[in-house]
Amino acid sequence: MTAHRLFAGLPAHQCKPLLQRLLIVWAAAPLIAVATWIAHQSDGMPHPFDVSLVYAYAISTFIWMFTDLSRFVFKKALQAQPPHYWPPAWRASLMLAIGIPLGYVLGTLVGDAYAGWSIWDLWHFNPLRFASMLVTSVAISAAFVTFFHQRAKAQSLAREIIQAQLMLLQSQLEPHMLFNTLANLRTLVQNDPQRALPMLDRLIDFLRATLSGSRQATQPLQQEFDRLADYLNLMQLRMGTRLSFALNLPDHLVTQAVPSLILQPLVENSIRHGLEPQVQAGHIEVSALQMDDQLVLRVQDTGLCVQLPPPPTLADNTPTSASYGLQHVHQRLQTLYGDRAKMQLSVVQPHGLCVTLQWPMTPT
Amino acid sequence: MADDTHMNTTPCALIAEDEPLLALALHNELAQLWPELRIVASVSDGLQAVQSALTLQPDFLFFDIRMPGLDGLQAAAELADTWPEAQKFPMLVFVTAHDEYALQAFEAQAVDYVLKPVRSDRLAQTVTRLQQHWQRRLVQPATEWDLVLQQLRGLLHLPTTAPATHAPLTLLQASHGTQLRMVPVDDVLWLEAADKYVRVFTHDGGEALLRTPLKELLQRLDPAVFWQIHRGTVVRASAIEAVTRDALGKLSLRLKGQPVSLGVSRLFAHQFKAM
Repeated sequence: MTAHRLFAGLPAHQCKPLLQRLLIVWAAAPLIAVATWIAHQSDGMPHPFDVSLVYAYAISTFIWMFTDLSRFVFKKALQAQPPHYWPPAWRASLMLAIGIPLGYVLGTLVGDAYAGWSIWDLWHFNPLRFASMLVTSVAISAAFVTFFHQRAKAQSLAREIIQAQLMLLQSQLEPHMLFNTLANLRTLVQNDPQRALPMLDRLIDFLRATLSGSRQATQPLQQEFDRLADYLNLMQLRMGTRLSFALNLPDHLVTQAVPSLILQPLVENSIRHGLEPQVQAGHIEVSALQMDDQLVLRVQDTGLCVQLPPPPTLADNTPTSASYGLQHVHQRLQTLYGDRAKMQLSVVQPHGLCVTLQWPMTPT
Repeated sequence: MADDTHMNTTPCALIAEDEPLLALALHNELAQLWPELRIVASVSDGLQAVQSALTLQPDFLFFDIRMPGLDGLQAAAELADTWPEAQKFPMLVFVTAHDEYALQAFEAQAVDYVLKPVRSDRLAQTVTRLQQHWQRRLVQPATEWDLVLQQLRGLLHLPTTAPATHAPLTLLQASHGTQLRMVPVDDVLWLEAADKYVRVFTHDGGEALLRTPLKELLQRLDPAVFWQIHRGTVVRASAIEAVTRDALGKLSLRLKGQPVSLGVSRLFAHQFKAM
């Protein structure tokens, strides 16, 4: 009943990791017990192994309670935030500064009660040994806290990476685009089977590239442009005369390696937010060129855009929001090239968006 | 008289679909399933859809949801506002590729819809329903406006994306040349959508421009304080002084101490009833 009530206050998905950490602490306790038992053989307070075991379990459990469980029990006071409920720096330090000694003292009292003596007596006849025990306890606790903290951080990083990949995939395999393309292909099969086949092949290539794009780091510019051609031809099938496009890739750049599908989100952005919502026809031009030692890639449309999209806010950071695709490309370039890569947005007169990417060429 | 006979014998439909192949496919499928149905026009954006429907007065409308100009729902709402009251309002069928939120709303409002890719068997069901409706029409010529408006209201209030939890707005950040002006929501009298902007009018006679669409703003304004009275107008309820009805039955609002009159559209007129 009490246990049930204790766990009722915990965030649901935190129960398992919390118990997991307790089990790790308990698994390490026998090792600590062995170490202290051996140490105590020489410090004037030799005792049976079971006593060491009780000390180790009691101290480690209390310290776990005051440094791990406490983050959830006092989450408001500590300002511990999801997903990991690690309090901000000074509150965390305060929690550890109080929690570790408190856990140590309470655990020792339990051990003392079991053994029938007081470990504080050690302080009288072997102060050095007592101090080293205290320091060891603090060090072990700190090591555990650091280990758990790092583990939580690594897990959250891994989750963020997966989430970003998923968001990208979701935006590229947008159901609306897929079903509309399939609807068009279905019509072609009925009315113009000759044209249906190459279009179906383009959809297959597009899907294959999208699904494997997140795994393959780079590809030659020629392939990048081929995939854009697949996508744009499929979109042209849908939009008819409302979409025209040009792909300009000079021969000497075809083998340049570029991050896979780096241009795809930009072209999708032009279609989705520039051309699709616009009543009149529009044009998209994708160009690659060399400026000195720089590779310049440009996606330009005559879409709806009359002012630059505002920087994304948390609320509209979804795969379909106007700045999501742009933000994604920017982040990817930052990770790959750092400050050596540039991304520029400009408004085309009378309306439209031009996005330019630029980074140092790789020698081929 | 001659017009009436024509109207009662040949069912007419209008298709609004921005993808030419899909419009063609729907046209062909309908021709096979219901040879008597005459497709009076096939248009490719929401604005044309409204204009053509008003001119051609079809009996059935097949509206794509995502269209340039006005989307299918906006076009339907615009039609409901401008349709002559004495004329029978057309029966709506929405065509959509994938709008899960819209689908839920269609189900809830019992409005007919077909999913893209449109399949003959599913379209046949819709056509059967339309034919039944067409038969009933001969004995029941008047529009059930209450039902039509209620359905459209139900559809228009649906979010187009996942419902986001937003804190209610207390401050509007309006662009004012190169400056940003802070306008407390408490000062706002009414908001009016204008092209890509929303115009905000305040107590002191001031005016500011916002770049957030009215639809998004609405989700973050208290519906008890701000009432929508038109697709493009939201007004502070406590600022309304009087509601008047003109000879044509159109409602308009007068605001306290303001020299303006705001039109209430048919869709939102239900809010104003004497107690």
